[in-house]
Amino acid sequence: MKETLNRALALMTGNPQADRVVPPSGYTATLTSLTAATMAFLAVFALALSLATGRLADRWTDALAMTATVRISAPVDQMDVQTRRVIHVLETTPGVAFARALTSDETRALLEPWIGPDLPVDSLPIPQLIEVTEGEDGFDAEGLKLRLAAEAPGATLDDHLRWRQPLVAAAERIRALGLVSLVLIAGTMAAMITLATQASLAANGQVIRVLRLVGARDAFVARAFVRRFTLRALLGALIGTALGMIAVALMPRAAAEGGFLTGLGLAGMQWFWPLLIPPLAAFVAFWATRAAAFRTLRTVR
Amino acid sequence: MIEFQNVTLGYSGTDLLTDVSLTLAPGSFHFLTGPSGAGKTSLIKLCYGELAASAGKVEVFGQNLGGLARDDIALMRRRIGIVHQDCQFLDHLSVAENVALPLAATGQDQDADSLSELLAWVGLTGQAQSRPPSLSGGERQRAALARAVITSPDIILADEPTGNVDWDMSLRLLKLLTELNRMGKTILIATHDLTLIRAAKAQTAVRVLRIQGKQLNLAGADL
Repeated sequence: MKETLNRALALMTGNPQADRVVPPSGYTATLTSLTAATMAFLAVFALALSLATGRLADRWTDALAMTATVRISAPVDQMDVQTRRVIHVLETTPGVAFARALTSDETRALLEPWIGPDLPVDSLPIPQLIEVTEGEDGFDAEGLKLRLAAEAPGATLDDHLRWRQPLVAAAERIRALGLVSLVLIAGTMAAMITLATQASLAANGQVIRVLRLVGARDAFVARAFVRRFTLRALLGALIGTALGMIAVALMPRAAAEGGFLTGLGLAGMQWFWPLLIPPLAAFVAFWATRAAAFRTLRTVR
Repeated sequence: MIEFQNVTLGYSGTDLLTDVSLTLAPGSFHFLTGPSGAGKTSLIKLCYGELAASAGKVEVFGQNLGGLARDDIALMRRRIGIVHQDCQFLDHLSVAENVALPLAATGQDQDADSLSELLAWVGLTGQAQSRPPSLSGGERQRAALARAVITSPDIILADEPTGNVDWDMSLRLLKLLTELNRMGKTILIATHDLTLIRAAKAQTAVRVLRIQGKQLNLAGADL
């Protein structure tokens, strides 16, 4: 561990003599910075997407897991009777902690995003909704459905499972795709930096031949290239990450009306996660460059 | 210092050198001659491990080059100064930095006074801060010689060091190499320039090796 830290420190501080032997400019170094910046920018979005969908899945799970809804579709003159029966059934069902009928204002608020604000709830045959909160042990949904069918034929129990599961599964899948994207981004960056390093090594064939001729070890030659490309990748990734974080921060905040889209982005401590991208990019660049450099050096005696 | 034992060097199935045996004693001065394409440059490259023998054994400083790892070859080369006809430099560095490159590449400290003295010795004080592409052929050869000797190597290998320079510059380079030999360095110069060899014989004790018909022989008094 100590040796690794010393190596990392030596890489950062550098060896001015080794740094001087590689020509200072070149499109490959610029290409590396650009690639790292682009990949870091995309990585921030992949990370934000992954974290946000994870958060969304958790929220949906938490919000819907302990609740159910009973919907009563009955003629207007029977609605109050059936509502009282359903409430009675629910109150006497083991595992139901609380049940209450939604007021017309609450029903209007629920329908407003889809139908608009001036909904005449009272004059429309809208089902009565009853919010059910489960106790810690939960209730027997199948038994409750049978009781409701017998005592209030117009009542239907919706335990949210039918649509909660696919939503949570979709959110989990998006989170996994985000993580896969991060791995692909890292792999692509490694490939691009490897190509850039190999192009740079090929362009500096004379430098390598001369250095070998005067007795330079492979590690000395490789270090000059590795340091340059690692620092270039780190710089590019820092810029890309900063721009990505700014872009995520500037994403429009969806209001309550935004429904499912609310909360896509980063929140709280999650803002620290993108800060890992630049050192990870430098790590990927270090190993990609090192491998490419030693592979090329082995072709020169 | 350098010993070849029955060395054969082949390219693509064709032997360039066959059964070559050679011993360069410490402090000796040898010329290597022969027609173009005879294998002079290849023999020089065998001496510092850029080429590997197909058969036989090459020993430098008592080490069999065939068994050396890459890092060990690098360490061995630090004791050898090499001058090529094409004199490759790092064009983005100054002449002074190029001359000091063996020190930089091996982690040794540079002494500014010593570097100045060396540049003065090869007559390049005025070109110290120039870039290599701006140097003439003779200046490049002298810069390459300065780079070859800055670490005070035990052996100096020079491949056609006077190939691109006029006669006066050839004599000047020869004088520098003769001075190095008097300092105890082992010198091997590959050249097809017989006049240069005769001029060297007039200055110091040299032996001449000739490659002919893939074989290496000691040249006679005809040179």
